[in-house]
Amino acid sequence: MTHSYLENTGKYKGILAWLTTTDHKRIGLMYMYAMMVFFIVGVLLGELMRLELFRPGQQFYNAQTYNGIFTIHGIIMIFTVVIPGLAAVFGNFSMPIMIGAHDVAFPRLNLFSWYLFILGAAIALSSQFLGNGPPDTGWTFYAPYSTQTHTNVVAAVFGAFVLGFSSILTGLNFIVTIHRLRAPGMTFFRMPLFPWSLYATAWIQVLATPIVGITLLMVIAERWLRIGFFDPSLGGDPILYQHLFWIYSHPAVYIMILPAMGVITEIIPTFAQRRVFGYKAIALSSLAIALVGYFVWAHHMYTSGMSITARWVFSLLTFLVAVPSAIKVFNWVTTMYKGSISVKPPFLFALGFIFLFMIGGLTGLSLGSLATDIHVHDTAYVVAHFHYIIFGGVGFAFFAALHYWYPKMYGRMYNFRRANTAFGFLFVGFNLLYFPQFVIGIMGMPRRYFDYLPQFTLGQQISAVGGVVLLIGLIIMLANLFSKKGVKAPDNPWGGSTLEWTVSSPPPVENFDELPVITGEPYNYE
Amino acid sequence: MTNSETTHITDYRVYGWVLLALLILTTVTITVTWIDLSALTVLVALIIASVKSFIVLRHFMHLKFESRLFTVFVVMVLSIYILVISLTFFDYLLR
Repeated sequence: MTHSYLENTGKYKGILAWLTTTDHKRIGLMYMYAMMVFFIVGVLLGELMRLELFRPGQQFYNAQTYNGIFTIHGIIMIFTVVIPGLAAVFGNFSMPIMIGAHDVAFPRLNLFSWYLFILGAAIALSSQFLGNGPPDTGWTFYAPYSTQTHTNVVAAVFGAFVLGFSSILTGLNFIVTIHRLRAPGMTFFRMPLFPWSLYATAWIQVLATPIVGITLLMVIAERWLRIGFFDPSLGGDPILYQHLFWIYSHPAVYIMILPAMGVITEIIPTFAQRRVFGYKAIALSSLAIALVGYFVWAHHMYTSGMSITARWVFSLLTFLVAVPSAIKVFNWVTTMYKGSISVKPPFLFALGFIFLFMIGGLTGLSLGSLATDIHVHDTAYVVAHFHYIIFGGVGFAFFAALHYWYPKMYGRMYNFRRANTAFGFLFVGFNLLYFPQFVIGIMGMPRRYFDYLPQFTLGQQISAVGGVVLLIGLIIMLANLFSKKGVKAPDNPWGGSTLEWTVSSPPPVENFDELPVITGEPYNYE
Repeated sequence: MTNSETTHITDYRVYGWVLLALLILTTVTITVTWIDLSALTVLVALIIASVKSFIVLRHFMHLKFESRLFTVFVVMVLSIYILVISLTFFDYLLR
């Protein structure tokens, strides 16, 4: 008899069986549980910020505490939630099954990556409790301030460095898995589009992450050894830090968003019961985004003092990345055209993703454009744009993926009505929270400011209300998914056509008794 | 998706030549630091380092004997790094 991956059949029982597992599905779930804890902490820190900003002036805590809170909010959300994000959770859980493999290429390395992830997160979070108080630099650790502040920057930076290694190893594992372990007959162009997006993501993880790793070590070297990399008083150049940081951190945005796009590309054909429109264009646009995404980093630096020629060159390059992104959006919409659409919770979240990602993407054009960026740089407008892409995009895609693969993960269904209600609260709450930030940003509200002028009060208060609505949505969603057991899930509850829907729910330990032989395209609904 | 199981016997003389080439290039790396090349300093250092890396990759890391796919990967990665470094220094040169 074949056992489900949720049953313990090995040497250990209980928690030890999970902590020593090399099963990609269990590791995916372990990433998810850890990330959920980090996410909830990050959300609560965000709510604390909204509370403080409810009125101008000091309400509950002082400016230095505010600096610490937005810094750790950023570090937690970026480095421990959205960068590992969909790739670590759903890439691990679903990708090997989708390509017809028994596991990833290096299962032990996969478990090691998870331990590095936990270790890195623990080191980063220790920055709150050790040394001279929480770091106050923002998650970007801009030099020369990060090399001079007395707060505990080193722990946070070193934590991010270790987290980077986890990301590199996962990327390496996925590249080798996709090259070497595809099922017989599964050519690259017969591979589903979620693994395609993971493949593009993995290359960014492997190539870009070492750059930020070295950069963060350079910050530590400058703090401890006074080597002048970035501090002008030591002969360094602060703009070099920004270059090195964004050479990684802009592609990192694509590490976050590409798997999200991949998930949406799986969900839409399933719920429209229609062959995906422009398969090759979507597959290659993932690679194009990954490639072009390397050469646009300095659009974060228009006001830094870099050369004028570099500014307009990077502005031009930035506009190029909009092309493959738009290809995806047009293809999703065209896939839905004349489809037999079934509006179930995963599809609703996917639609939410497209709507919010479009707003985030289009407002990104005004930030990528040199002239308009100068006006809104470092204002709440950037905060709104970034959250529309990262929370509205990656976050909603994560929720979509969770609702899509949940029956496969746990072998049971959830309550659709409650899931739809949660979506309603999340969608309305999200827009109430972040849309006013666009408006007050254009009016001149700076980002990362503890205090503000009275004209921004209404916008800040609408945001605070949105924050509460969003929190209610999150509670409903998590309670629906994790508080009680739903009915048993069938193997293919949504009528999907990719390989994960051909195995039982939950899947057996090594996914397939016999590897499937692929003879056609992945999205065959005709 | 085939496993290359072929073994390769490399003549000791080849390793000797590689060692010699690396030693000479290291000497060149040190020697050029005495010459003032102004804006070209980094470029020259990177070119010498790239040649050394190419030799190591080709012989010691067996790129010469492996599937062409690995060569494509290495060329792709190097091209991206060259472009990234060029764009960074493009800002410095025009500032």
